[in-house]
Amino acid sequence: MNSLYDKVKKNLIWKSVFRRDYRDNARSRAMAIFGNVFLHLHPVKVRESAVKLRYTWGMGGITFLAFIILTITGVVLMFYYHPTVDLAYLDMKDLEFQAPYGVISRNLHRWAAHFMVIVVMIHMFRVFMTGSYKAPRQFNWGIGVILLVLTFLLSFTGYLLPWDQLGFWAITVGTNMGAATPLLGFQGPFSEYLHITPYNDVRFALLGGASVGGNALLRSYIWHCIAIPLISIILMFVHFWRVRKDGGISRPQH
Amino acid sequence: MNPFIEIITQPDNIAIVIMIVMVTFFTLWGFQQAFQNDKLKASGYAVDGELDKDVDTFKPLVRIELIISLVVMLFLTIWSIWVDAPLEEIANPTITPNPAKAPWYFLGLQELLVYFDPWLAGVVLPTLIVVGLLAIPYIDINPKGNGYYTFEERKYAIVIFAFGFFILWLLLIVIGVFDRGPGWLWYWPWEEWDHQRVVFEPTRDLTQVIGIESRSIPGFIIGAIVVIGYYVAGMLLPLRHWRKNNPELLAQLGMIRYNLIMFLFVTMMSVPIKMVLRLVFLVKYVWITPWFNV
Repeated sequence: MNSLYDKVKKNLIWKSVFRRDYRDNARSRAMAIFGNVFLHLHPVKVRESAVKLRYTWGMGGITFLAFIILTITGVVLMFYYHPTVDLAYLDMKDLEFQAPYGVISRNLHRWAAHFMVIVVMIHMFRVFMTGSYKAPRQFNWGIGVILLVLTFLLSFTGYLLPWDQLGFWAITVGTNMGAATPLLGFQGPFSEYLHITPYNDVRFALLGGASVGGNALLRSYIWHCIAIPLISIILMFVHFWRVRKDGGISRPQH
Repeated sequence: MNPFIEIITQPDNIAIVIMIVMVTFFTLWGFQQAFQNDKLKASGYAVDGELDKDVDTFKPLVRIELIISLVVMLFLTIWSIWVDAPLEEIANPTITPNPAKAPWYFLGLQELLVYFDPWLAGVVLPTLIVVGLLAIPYIDINPKGNGYYTFEERKYAIVIFAFGFFILWLLLIVIGVFDRGPGWLWYWPWEEWDHQRVVFEPTRDLTQVIGIESRSIPGFIIGAIVVIGYYVAGMLLPLRHWRKNNPELLAQLGMIRYNLIMFLFVTMMSVPIKMVLRLVFLVKYVWITPWFNV
């Protein structure tokens, strides 16, 4: 047994991947965190109660996990999807009847999306209830609010992609609000002074047209799969970084 | 099938049921800890977390993250095996479903359309919600309750936030999902939707209640006085009260913070006020102008 262990671990390849053995001492525990690109998001030491579930409920972390699940299942779905009026709905049917694991990929994506919206709202509630937006974390609360809005927009832009009645009319109802924007929507107050029409207002910019059609589908797709995820990832970097720089998970002063 | 079972087991509505369960659970847990900490503090003990030591991240924190991740993935997998994502008929611009509902997290805003014109319900109010949330850390200058659950030390902040979060956001979503049927009419979840139902409910404008035409110049002037007066009174009356009873707090806040807080608060309260006006007094508009209606 020992010789097998030696054979596996004491060779060039293993050692090139894993720099050192894990021994249960303070140095090794610290190295486990900052020697690992994923784990070094954490500090080496944390407050005792940051480890207990009752304070944070793990909601921020679960939101991030949901985002990762959505990224992975989203990439899988993209392999089967064409963002065109002719094919989008048929691709849904293909996912249902042809693609291997198509049904569960789509189910996971949809339910994880709903779940992420729920969890991110509870995360905000927790941060409010523990006063964690107070100094020195004011700025990070602001980043969080923008991430909350981006979560809604991510889900909203994904709604249209199946090109079914549900998504089509939900997006129609939603973007009609854009037409009511004061000054910049053609039905909004004061817009006539800026010569705003259905063809140059906010809704037109959102849809790429005066009604929901092929351009709106393409725009939704690009916002949903590329633009908003990119913006979200950048803001998540800032959000996590600032949690660390503002002194870790908030806790009462000693 | 029983309409109640039918509406709560619609695939997308299961998420709302899960939301109600989760929000209820975590709200109770949060407030339980808040009251517990308040009790500890009142009897002179340290609050939760105050006497904490530092511990290694590896493994306690990494372990719990792994366990939670596995539990969440298991939960989502079971949910996905159990319920299929809905897919309706192919999009058809010529057939409008009734009701046409926005995604569930925007149904609170869609519900506001009953009480406000779209430029307010769909644009101005959501913008102010985001602005208000962003402003919270800068207008709440109470240094207490930073890093632990408490109610006693932050009563006003928590009550106002809870009103916005639970009533104006979550409750309106639940109403939009479960209680709105064809024509956006009210249906209890156990009622069958009736597509033929028409409700004759004549509404009037505020000035018509006292017999003045709302689209006339006197109507315009009275409406303006009511709306602008509401803001002026809402922002000035507390000022007088605070000057007399709590001048130190007012001095600490400063005029910019005071005005921002009161503007956001008065705007927030205009939502339930407008709802009561509409539902109880059948008032549609308070102020009609040539450009917009409030």
